[in-house]
Amino acid sequence: MTREPVPEPSMSRFDLVAAGPGQGHEQSAPATAEDSVAPGNPSVTALREHFADAVFRNRICAGDEDVVYVDPERITDILGWLHDDAEQQYDHLADVTAVDYGGGRPLEVVYQLWSIPNRAALRVKCELPLDGLAVDSVTGIWAGANWLEREVYDLFGIRFNGHPDLRRILMPDNYAEGHPLRKDFPLRGRFSRAEQTRRALTQDPEDYYVPGEIAERIPQVVETDGGEGAAAGADDV
Amino acid sequence: MSSTVDYLARRNPEMGPDGTPVPSPIEPFEVAEPELGSSTMLVNVGPQHPATHGVLRLVVELDGETVVSVVPRLGYLHSSFEKLGEYRTWNQIVTLTDRMDYLAPLIYNCAYVMAVEKLMGIEVTDRCRVARVICMEMDRIFSHLLWLGTWSIDVGAFTPFLYAFQQREKVYKLHEALTGARITTSATRIGGMMADLPEGWARGVREFADNLPATLDEVDALLTCNAIHVGRTQGIGAISAEEAVNYGLTGANLRASGVPYDVRKDRPYYEYESYDFEVPIGCHGDCYDRYLVRMEEMRQSVHILHQALDRLPDGPMDVEDPRISLPSKTDCMSDMESMIHHFKLITEGIPAPAEDCWFSVEGSKGELGMYVVGDGGPKPVRWRIRPPSFVNLSAIPKLAEGHLMADLIMINASLDIVLGEIDR
Repeated sequence: MTREPVPEPSMSRFDLVAAGPGQGHEQSAPATAEDSVAPGNPSVTALREHFADAVFRNRICAGDEDVVYVDPERITDILGWLHDDAEQQYDHLADVTAVDYGGGRPLEVVYQLWSIPNRAALRVKCELPLDGLAVDSVTGIWAGANWLEREVYDLFGIRFNGHPDLRRILMPDNYAEGHPLRKDFPLRGRFSRAEQTRRALTQDPEDYYVPGEIAERIPQVVETDGGEGAAAGADDV
Repeated sequence: MSSTVDYLARRNPEMGPDGTPVPSPIEPFEVAEPELGSSTMLVNVGPQHPATHGVLRLVVELDGETVVSVVPRLGYLHSSFEKLGEYRTWNQIVTLTDRMDYLAPLIYNCAYVMAVEKLMGIEVTDRCRVARVICMEMDRIFSHLLWLGTWSIDVGAFTPFLYAFQQREKVYKLHEALTGARITTSATRIGGMMADLPEGWARGVREFADNLPATLDEVDALLTCNAIHVGRTQGIGAISAEEAVNYGLTGANLRASGVPYDVRKDRPYYEYESYDFEVPIGCHGDCYDRYLVRMEEMRQSVHILHQALDRLPDGPMDVEDPRISLPSKTDCMSDMESMIHHFKLITEGIPAPAEDCWFSVEGSKGELGMYVVGDGGPKPVRWRIRPPSFVNLSAIPKLAEGHLMADLIMINASLDIVLGEIDR
């Protein structure tokens, strides 16, 4: 964990700057399918025993952080086991996010787990190919995953199967430019500034007055003189 | 005109000469009772509403005055900081962090650089570590004071708001002395701080820490046993410990439910394990317990501040490593090599290894996690903030269900959210 000492001044300052501070940790080898390092967290070993075919590899990042790469098809089994097993008890889902490395590489969905009783951290990752951006939702295990998964869906376009309410959360509902945190998304958006302004100005706040799930439940009664408004559905609002 | 006079005369029946009231001239009339309770009503709260503490919008479905469901709608403050970060070097991102939680900017500054330093394997100096602890604890109080002020406004008490903001002003002055800015502090850099602590700053912090408990006592006397405050908060928005953990609540909201999870104790950083402080926990998980927990947290932070100020060592603030720290301005202006060195560090940035790193600190709102992914270059591949208020707010449909509309305002206040961080 401690940094290597600053090299002797035989190396010029400019070489040092160019080399960068990235040699602080013992670099774990590039993550390939065959390669795995000895984990620091006993949960990794237990996980490999329980789900031998679904755990692809593990590595240690930033000195002491255990990362496990698992099969996206089995993600609910694996995370459910980590949550329920008496020895694991990863009861706190700290975060769900995704990483796009660009260049056609698969997107990673990242689950940050923390066990409050055991005081142990584990990072579980699953890789999704660009043509199959879907994974099972873990909202059945942690209710707190609801908005986190919605955010990943909104910003990365990864679908979570079985999510109760998979809508955009930070971007507008009718946002048509795509998923902003993908590497192929330009910083200023896909549309021209003029088009973005035009869309912003033509938005009607009433469009979002009734969110989907409420609209389904309450038929909106619109009173009209003819008294025939009672049949009008939520579409009118 | 005559009709108005007529109306007024009919509206205000007068006393008769013998002191008995003259019966109202308004005749009762028969109408069919409207069918109440058969349908619910939608009420839109926000986004521009003082009780939503920012640009939060809540679409509330009401049955009479009872909340049937709440649907929060976010994104009015969305700035895509995470995307912007991918186009900036590691040090340039610092300025984005304090714009997320403008109520505790120094905690965000510190948490971000701590994550990047962990990724790069940098050990900061002892003085820097203690200075950052002081900054973070000061801003925890700073944020809780704002919560206290707005909370008391929501409950209908105005005086605690003034007391709290009087103390906040002192922290603003300390921010200004430290960084030159009152809110957008951007005080930290990779491997150190923007500058060393100014002359007399530590004395100012100690003065603030000395004076704060008296204010807390005053607010305590005004609110804690106040019948209106108790009536509006006890038993409101209660959540059990298991559910609170399952919903991902952190910070005071989780501890009010009786779960003693505090990142400073459970994953200690910066020698927090060597500071003497208690983690207050509640037992009912309702709004009142969240209030009590935050009040006690401020006192504990004062305690930590005193200890940190006592142990603040002398010595350099930044790491002495030419790969990370800039040469001094004097050197840059007098020495060609230093000038080039400065230029290279600024234009090229500091490369980080191709790894990822998760670092969480106990923020004022809850567990503030920073997830940074490097690719060997000077810019992040991904910079992710685990926003505590975002996850805390996601429990509000569950907390508010079945309560009154007025209680929804208290529940929202008790969660202590900041929209800059929720929308990012």
